[in-house]
Order: sequence, then structure tokens, then C-alpha cells
Amino acid sequence: MPATTGSPAPEIRKLQEISGRLRITIIEMIHKAASGHPGGSLSAVDIITALYFARMRHDPKRPDWPDRDRFVLSKGHGVPALYAVMAEAGYFPKEELMTLRERGSRLQGHPVNTMLPGIEAPTGSLGQGLSVAQGMALASKLDGGRFHVYCMIGDGEMQEGQIWEAAMSAPKFRLDNLTVFLDYNKGQIDGPVAEVMNIEPVADKWRAFNWNVLTIDGHDFEQILGAIDEAKATTGKPTLIIANTVKGKGVSFMEHQIAWHGTAPNKEQTEKALEELRALNALTGGRN
Amino acid sequence: MPARATRDAFGEALAKMGEKYPEVVALDADLAKSTKSEIFAKKFPHRFFEMGIAEANMIGTGAGLALAGKIPFICSFACFVTGRYDQIRISIGYAQANVRIVGSHAGVAIGDDGYSQMGLEDVALMRAIPGMVVIQPADDLETEGAVEYLCRHRGPAFLRTTRQKVERVNPEVYRFEFGKAVELRKGGKDAVVFATGGEVYFALQAAEQLAKQGWDVGVVNVHTIKPLDVEAVLAAAKRTRLIVTAEDHQIIGGLGSAVSEVLAEHGVGTRLLRIGVRDTFGESGTPEAVLAWFKLDAAGLAEQIAAALS
Repeated sequence: MPATTGSPAPEIRKLQEISGRLRITIIEMIHKAASGHPGGSLSAVDIITALYFARMRHDPKRPDWPDRDRFVLSKGHGVPALYAVMAEAGYFPKEELMTLRERGSRLQGHPVNTMLPGIEAPTGSLGQGLSVAQGMALASKLDGGRFHVYCMIGDGEMQEGQIWEAAMSAPKFRLDNLTVFLDYNKGQIDGPVAEVMNIEPVADKWRAFNWNVLTIDGHDFEQILGAIDEAKATTGKPTLIIANTVKGKGVSFMEHQIAWHGTAPNKEQTEKALEELRALNALTGGRN
Repeated sequence: MPARATRDAFGEALAKMGEKYPEVVALDADLAKSTKSEIFAKKFPHRFFEMGIAEANMIGTGAGLALAGKIPFICSFACFVTGRYDQIRISIGYAQANVRIVGSHAGVAIGDDGYSQMGLEDVALMRAIPGMVVIQPADDLETEGAVEYLCRHRGPAFLRTTRQKVERVNPEVYRFEFGKAVELRKGGKDAVVFATGGEVYFALQAAEQLAKQGWDVGVVNVHTIKPLDVEAVLAAAKRTRLIVTAEDHQIIGGLGSAVSEVLAEHGVGTRLLRIGVRDTFGESGTPEAVLAWFKLDAAGLAEQIAAALS
């Protein structure tokens, strides 16, 4: 990917502005819920923002539109990022975001399709979403390739055997309408991925499984969009986009800190995080 | 009509339904020759997906196909596919995906291959998943009816088929009615046997033998184990002194448990005899020898029922 010089294109600026605001929403939601996963939500939000606001063919008013592109968040614990994006896109009222994890809320702790239109599959038991995304891609192929399927898996999730079953099968079916993001934030509950159960060499492994493999900075919108376009232009095989990300991205005391994998910030921490995020947004010219 | 395995009837029925229902697709995990999904595969190669020996991935892929509007039948041995429980629990169950899980090789009746290949806890596992229906046909006609029904049913379902041939128990003109138990032998002053799958024919034979000893034994075929035909159980409990369940499955969690729950919850004191595999593992042997060993053949059923009545 070429390095960006000068001021970014309007599309990039728009995406930066949106994800900057959504980071604030994510922190507010998790604080209000008093539980949730800020680290992996903040590492994923830029990619999900790029998909929903710049590339996916979807219609928030018609979540059951048969020809819509699908997004399956296999790392279901990152769902605050997806909820924030969906509300911003208009799938449901923004007020509902603050009901995250409440009894009776459609915003379950981990996503489920039967409760919230726009969620494509229930995830949260790691390793399963990629197979489900594959099934959707197969269905699309049966009907002439009407839609593209995007999936996001976590790095720790890649330790699940089922991921490798799907890694083996998607190229067999030549699913070039399947694009998978690896949210490679390098941390999982019990420690650094490299120590808990190293998944490297990731690119070599997936190339050996006959995937088209791209590596990007998962917080650089130009690279994210470029990779999506390259994946869509690739024929005959599925694409894995290894997105190097930062767990807790945007909040100084959360960045790279595994302790923030599944911990909600308290009042003071929330205030500090929001202050930092607002300052960042002001720098990039976004609204707060 | 010669006896046929319900797995054969399944494969043929699915191939037939493939014409009527263009959304029907099939997946298998390297057992298409055994589950008989290959009959569909030969007819509709582009609608069949060979997943290799990777049941978890097959389950998720089936869920994705269903969530995108297809009607997938995912096939393997009952033990292997239901053994990937969390995948079924979340990707199919929680999603309420229209997946039909087809588990063949039900019970000890597979014989030779031994316990590791026998579906013996599959019904218990599937019953526990919210919204999952559990169907086990007793003969070829009922299998065809069940498959046809499952092309129209909304929500996840488990279909259990046999490796062994089973005698036909239903009349030539038979209509499968989901959720409705079928009274095959009337009466039952002494006992009413609720049997399912391959045990239904044995139950009929056993009732015949017991009649010669002076016992009046009725037989009810439970092809839909979940949702259970509660009325049929309660009606039988009123007219008999012994309710019997017969299944080629563990007595824990299967039909026997389902019937006992109904009796207990309705305060019915009719005695219950659960016949099945009694909290133990299956064994190798010829199907006949193994069924006899576990007292799941006609003689075994008759012996246990007579002992309970005496």
C-alpha cells in the first residue's frame, strides 16, 4: 500500500470522523453496561466502519434484503463496535445503544440474529462465524454471486480448530466472494497471542491453504479500502486481510493492554478516555 | 414390501424433494455413501457440498446456507454430527437456522463397528436445544413423509435414521403428521409401548408374542420425539397399567425421559418401564447379536415387558 501524503481524500476523512465518534460511543456503551470488551471493539471499529460506510451494499431500512452484502462478526465479543456502526447507519435508534447487555435489550452481550435485524448470525462462541460466512458465500454462488460476504475473526480465535476447517474448505469452493479480516491486535485474555498459542506465520499458513492474503494497517482507511477492493477484484479464491491493529486503539491507557480485553472502564477512566478521544477527534477535524 | 433402511429411504426422498424444492441443498462429511446423501449428490451435483471429515465446519456452513435462504440437509453419523454440540447449539440453534441435521447409524443396531460409531446420546443432546425438533421415522414411507415435511418446516430439526433395514409398519397409503404419535396396535389394557425408529417393528412383534401369553399390549409409534405428542401419552396412561418406552438410545434423555417428564408433570401415577441402553456403552457384534444382548429385539422387549407385568 502506498503511504499517504498530504491531506486525506474526503471519503477517508468522512470515515475517520465517523469512527472517531464511534470510539466515544463504544466507551460510553461499555461503561453504561458496566461490562463488555473495549480492547477488541476499539481494534475492530475502523474496519467495520469502512465496510458499512464505504464498501458494503446494504440498506439499513431493509435488513432482510436478499441481495445485501453480509458481515459476520465471528469475534462476537467485539460487538459494541458493530452495534455502534449499525446505529450510526440507521439500523436502529441510537438511544438503544445505551441498553447494551440490559435485560430485554436487543443488544445482547454477544450478537444474535433473531433479536436484532441486521445481525447476520449469532457469534461469541469463537471459531464458528467463518464457517457460517462460508455458507452464506456458497448460497450467493448458487444464485449467481449476488452478494459478497465479509467476516472478521480474532487472532486468538484462530486457535480454534474450526477456523482451519473453514480455511481448508473455502478455497475448495473457490469463494472469491468471501473476504475475511483478521483483527490482529496480538492480545487475548490469558496474555499475548504469541505466548498463549502462537498463530504465526499467519500469512504463510493461509497462503499454503490457497488463500489470497493481504497485510495492512487495520487503522489506516486508505489501506483498508484498498485491501477490500483488491479482495473483490481477486477471482477464484477467498481473501484473508491480515489487519495489524492495536487493542484499545485511541485510548492511551488501554492501548496494547490485555487487561482491557474484557473490562469496563469506571467513571474516572471513562472520563479520561472520552477526553482523549475528543482531543484526537478535534485533531483530525471531526465532530465530537 | 421388503425391509429397507431408513437411511436409504432418506437418500431417495431427498433426491425426490430436490426437484420440488429448488432451495434444498445437501452437505456431507465424507459419509455420503453411508448416510445416502450421495443419491441426492448424483442427481444434483451443484447443490451438494462435500465438506470432508470436518463436521463442525459443515454445521456452520449449513447454518450460513440456511440464513441466506437455502434448506440444507447436513448429513453424517448421528454421533459425529451431534458430537459437535456447541456448533449446533449456537450456529444452528441460537440462530434458529433452517438446517436439517440428518444423523444416520442410530443406536446399537449398527452392530459391528461398535460404540464409537453408534448414535446413542444424540436424541438427548438435540432435545435440549431450544426450538430443535427431533424426528425418527420407523419405516421407509414415514421417512419420505418426514423428509417432505422438513422441506416445509421452519426452524432447526434433527432427523435420525437407521443403518439397518427395518420392516414396514405403516399402511401403503400413509401421511406423515408432524408431532402426532401413531397408534399401530390398538388396545393395551396391560401395557402400551411407545416405540420409536427401529424399535417400532420389534414392539409390534413383542406385543404379538405377549398376546399369546394373555397380555393386552398396545403399540404407539413416536416418530416425532420433540415436540412429543403429550395427549397420546396421557390418553394411554388412562387406559393401561404400564407405559413402556422402547428406543435404541440411552434411556437417559431420549424418548423414555420425554415420556416420564409428561407423566410426572401431569401427576399421572401409571408405572413406566424405560427400555433402551441402560447407562452403558454399546458393543461390537452382528446387529442381531447386539440387539439381543441389549434386549432391544422383539424377544428382549417381550421379556422385559412380561417381567414388569408379572
